[in-house]
Amino acid sequence: MGIEQKLGNMGIVTYRLEDVVNWGRSNAMWPLLFGLACCAIEMMGAQAANYDLSRFGMELNRPSPRQSDLMIVAGRVSRKMAPVVRRLYGQMPSPKWVIAMGDCASCGGVFNNYAIVQGVDEIVPVDVYVSGCPPRPEALIDGIMTLHEKVRGESLKDWA
Amino acid sequence: MDRDQLVVDKIKESISDAIEEVLDFRGERTLFIKPNRLKKVCQLLRDDEALAYNFLSDICADDLLPDYPRFAINYHLYSLSNKHRLRLRVMVEYPDKGPATMADIWPIATWLEMEVWDLMGVSFRGNKSQRRLFLPEDWQGHPLRKDYPLGYEEVQFSFNWEEIGARKPRPEE
Repeated sequence: MGIEQKLGNMGIVTYRLEDVVNWGRSNAMWPLLFGLACCAIEMMGAQAANYDLSRFGMELNRPSPRQSDLMIVAGRVSRKMAPVVRRLYGQMPSPKWVIAMGDCASCGGVFNNYAIVQGVDEIVPVDVYVSGCPPRPEALIDGIMTLHEKVRGESLKDWA
Repeated sequence: MDRDQLVVDKIKESISDAIEEVLDFRGERTLFIKPNRLKKVCQLLRDDEALAYNFLSDICADDLLPDYPRFAINYHLYSLSNKHRLRLRVMVEYPDKGPATMADIWPIATWLEMEVWDLMGVSFRGNKSQRRLFLPEDWQGHPLRKDYPLGYEEVQFSFNWEEIGARKPRPEE
């Protein structure tokens, strides 16, 4: 009751390359298994049975940055941790995206002091900021859906 | 408390001038020790069979900034066999030349003293591994001192948004 009715017997469908690639990228986005603080608990909650992140093709958290294309920075990043975060980001293959989850990752949050990086956008380019301290799993899922929309809107000439 | 009195008596018996003051606060006893007698006192507290303070549970430092001497070091001892706690306190006049290391009495002191130096900047004479423990290796200063600036970034409001945004570092892709 869908696309197969319009195919006829040819087995061919024509479509825009942009849309197909973006559809594939956004529906099988593998996050890096990377929790830094209390936000990671909510991230686990988002992946567990109640909120079930695998509905969006994201059930697989990769422990290796080389196999993942989404970095969810869940928690505050200390200045000692900052080089590590940047290194993990560098090890991820392109195309790659970053979600700054929670207030601490977005802007330092309540930790306006010497030890904490004032927003991970100082060290890695962030695509989506999720507010909250910590954000509820719904908020994280909303941030991920926003990122999916952004990915679906990317155009062919920007890939190169 | 019997055991509290026993500690004081034992120390006075062998090192008569070690204790400067005895402070009792809410059932916890603190002994103020002369800095140059500290090593002997600790050796005694560990080796004496009746005392047997065989566990150094923590070393922490105070910054008493307007006062002189500015720093104080607290040693929290615990006797596993007697189930008794004791606190020793020494004043530090010059943070570059702090108390002698306790590493040869309780080996864990190496790490605790490293922590104190890292965050408070009191160095311990004879500690062989004085290096950054919690902070990055290239850190300047000791952040738990009272004269260390606490805040890092000015808060961004609508009236100073652009001014602070211009200073903020941005990564390359």
